[in-house]
Amino acid sequence: MKGVLLMNYIKLMIVSLLSLLLSACNEEGKLSLSERSVIYCAEGSPETFNPQLVTSGTTIDATSNQLYDKLISYQGDGSSLSPALAKSWHVTHEGKKVTFYLRKDVVFHHTGYFTPSRLLNADDVIFSFKRVLDTEHPYHFVSGGNYPFFKNSALSDLIYDIEKINDYTVRFHLTHADNSFLANLAADFSIILSAEYAEQLTKKKTQSDIDTHPIGTGPFKLKEYRVGSLIRFYRHLQYWQKPAYIEQLVFDITPSNTGRLTKLLAKECDVVAYPIAHEKITERDDLSLEEVTALNVGYLGFNTDKAPFDNKLVRRAISYAINKKTLLEAVYQGKAEVANSLLPKTSWAFDESIPKQTFNPVLAKRLLTLAGHSEGFTMDLWIMPVQKLYNPNAMTMAKLIQNDLKRVGITVNIISYEGNSFLQQLKRGEHQSFLFGWSADTPDPDNFFRPILSCSATKTGTNTTFWCNQEYDAIIKKALQTTNINQRKKYYAQAMAILTQEAPLIPIAHSKRYQARGNNVIGDILTPFGAINFSQVSKLNLTKKKKLEPHLPQRIETNIINTGVN
Amino acid sequence: MLVFTLRRLSLFIFTMLLLTLLSFSLNFLFPGETIINLTGAINATPSQLTELNEAYQTHRNIFWQYITYLGHIVNGDLGLSMASQSDIRAEITNLLPATIELSLVALLIAMLVGVPLGFIAAIKHNKLTDNLILSVSMLGYSVPVFWLGLLAILTFSINLGWFPSAGQISLLFEIESVTGIQFIDILLSDSPYKWQAFSDATAHIILPACVIAVAPATIFIRLARTSMIEVLDTSYIRAASAKGLTFQQIIFRHAIRNALIKIIRHVGLQFANLVTIAMVTEVIFSWPGIGRWLIESIYQRDYTAIESGLLVLSCFIFIVHILTDFIFAALNPLARGNKHGTG
Repeated sequence: MKGVLLMNYIKLMIVSLLSLLLSACNEEGKLSLSERSVIYCAEGSPETFNPQLVTSGTTIDATSNQLYDKLISYQGDGSSLSPALAKSWHVTHEGKKVTFYLRKDVVFHHTGYFTPSRLLNADDVIFSFKRVLDTEHPYHFVSGGNYPFFKNSALSDLIYDIEKINDYTVRFHLTHADNSFLANLAADFSIILSAEYAEQLTKKKTQSDIDTHPIGTGPFKLKEYRVGSLIRFYRHLQYWQKPAYIEQLVFDITPSNTGRLTKLLAKECDVVAYPIAHEKITERDDLSLEEVTALNVGYLGFNTDKAPFDNKLVRRAISYAINKKTLLEAVYQGKAEVANSLLPKTSWAFDESIPKQTFNPVLAKRLLTLAGHSEGFTMDLWIMPVQKLYNPNAMTMAKLIQNDLKRVGITVNIISYEGNSFLQQLKRGEHQSFLFGWSADTPDPDNFFRPILSCSATKTGTNTTFWCNQEYDAIIKKALQTTNINQRKKYYAQAMAILTQEAPLIPIAHSKRYQARGNNVIGDILTPFGAINFSQVSKLNLTKKKKLEPHLPQRIETNIINTGVN
Repeated sequence: MLVFTLRRLSLFIFTMLLLTLLSFSLNFLFPGETIINLTGAINATPSQLTELNEAYQTHRNIFWQYITYLGHIVNGDLGLSMASQSDIRAEITNLLPATIELSLVALLIAMLVGVPLGFIAAIKHNKLTDNLILSVSMLGYSVPVFWLGLLAILTFSINLGWFPSAGQISLLFEIESVTGIQFIDILLSDSPYKWQAFSDATAHIILPACVIAVAPATIFIRLARTSMIEVLDTSYIRAASAKGLTFQQIIFRHAIRNALIKIIRHVGLQFANLVTIAMVTEVIFSWPGIGRWLIESIYQRDYTAIESGLLVLSCFIFIVHILTDFIFAALNPLARGNKHGTG
């Protein structure tokens, strides 16, 4: 009898378990948590939660647009700026004084570790910038005192004072007029922190919490961070713009490429960073693949101080001898565009009239003969064998270039350096030629022209071609002093023409950034420059449901477009 | 029953002593300094090292060192992880429940599937069904688990999209850890999404648990089959049959209960095997358990973690072993009187 009882018991168990599962699925017909949230599979952990401290794309993606806001932001293609925390601004005194008028309705995050008692005001803006620029500021050396973006863009030399006019007006005093100043303030690194929170931390003597337990004004606030595993954000309901549609945003940190692909295919991630196996994704109806040409350039540079590359004929000869099309297919696997000059197509200053570089070994050979190298020569090519967005495989690229140059009689020795020693040796100018690249921090074209090739950059170490051309420098300087965008465009076209003639470096490719998502996720995430942004993202069911509900009061004027989403 | 309990207890203590002796000797066998292998304090300053040497009595002879080592273990001081410099005890208490949960669910599945199939095979002894079940179980036993795991992900997660491929629960659900056993924690939590979380966690555990269950299930099939054949061959079954009971009555009232007892004795033994399989499966399914942690520690040459992990895991297996012995004894009065315990 007991056996029968046992069997009945087991049957009962199975039935009750199944009914439990079924009931869980149809709970009151309301939207499930996954329909109100988005899981993003990120490629790595952020180093910190303060973008001022870093340049790494992974950190910027996780922090800038999610947790913080900037004074101003880019609009559309990045050629114009739109208000953000500053509702308006004006430039006076020949561009040397820039005054920002702040919004009066900006609320900081309310979290488990901080409750703001006031709205955003001028103190917060001054605190955020003084921390970076003023080496005597009490917060300057909290978390190391290293602010790479501000150092590279020379903002600390440019700004000599920040003045509080009243609670909602701040004036920046500049040493000289500089058109890239506003663009730099709109970059992902120029975020606004809370001065009140900093004060509170000072009292508690836990200053470093400001970068690990972030408080900002952005569309999401940090709920939880488990190192190497996940970041959980909650929606910031009092956001000064329309609050985000999704209630929860989770970054699932999955460094393995196949792991991210599996999670995408198994629908465990809604959006996936840097996916592999593009064909597999595009052949599925429920997934889509997006791309955006990032503002970057991979190039072959020459040390123009050293023979034979002090001769521009040799440099140009090499530019004709390299078959960029093969490089693009073999190294970037088609995930890039051919670079004709420094600027990618997505930049507003891109010039269509720049002639397309052709692959012409015969012409290359003729130029070499003209330069007195008819017998060819031997050169060293330095590479760094680390995967970078602008160059996913430097070794393969170097080998292909080696092969191409062999045909015109040039023997290439490939020299491979690991990590930091590569950059240090480059700065010392011990190289002959090198494979390198540049990712722009702001969509302002100046961010390409000045750091890579200007005379002043030879000293700071970002111009490792050591090419210094007065005419070029004068043009890019003029471009910074005018506000007329068409005029600036003309100047940059002239600068690019000089580069084509002089060829201090050979631009090879502008790589694209990829992202995959399930089709139920709507709204833009990728931006052509800088970090991803989830404030406009929603799920299909969520928007349907939203339409039935009465609309939330519109908090901002409709003409303001949020940070660079297009 | 008292003698039985005492005997199991002494066995447990002696085995644990042997295990700690083994893990203690590993400190000397692993490369590097003994005290650092022991404590995992790779960044210790000279003064901290002196303190640690004092705490572990390294100046005395090996016997005393072992005794102090035992003292530290009994107090729950397992040292620091060499890789992450975090407290190993805390890490283990975080991770072990997930493994227990997964192994128990897998064991349940293996028994629920394996035992009835074995009984059916025994009842249909030497017929087509028997042969079929035996060949399938042979196949199941021979398939390597890592391959099976990947195949399961490919089929059920990627192609069919029925089950998730990684983790214990969707990251969206925030379940506060109270007991560490996810299902209990979900039921205890006051989240408005409790039932969604419950069904999500169920969906997450099915695939890895089934993959783990395959090999033990095949063993249970064979065990159940053999013991059922034995039982059906006994004189009391023949007597029951002669009394005129129907075949169903014989099987359900007499045979199953007697056959089950014999199987339960082997559950403890199979559990060790199952945990080994679970370790590999945890890696494949990114299950946040102690197996994955241990394998990662091996990769990172984290000797302190390897040592403590092995100790805790073997202790856990041994406890399960003893528990099944008790269950066996409770169900089978004959075993309690057995003076020459089979352990």
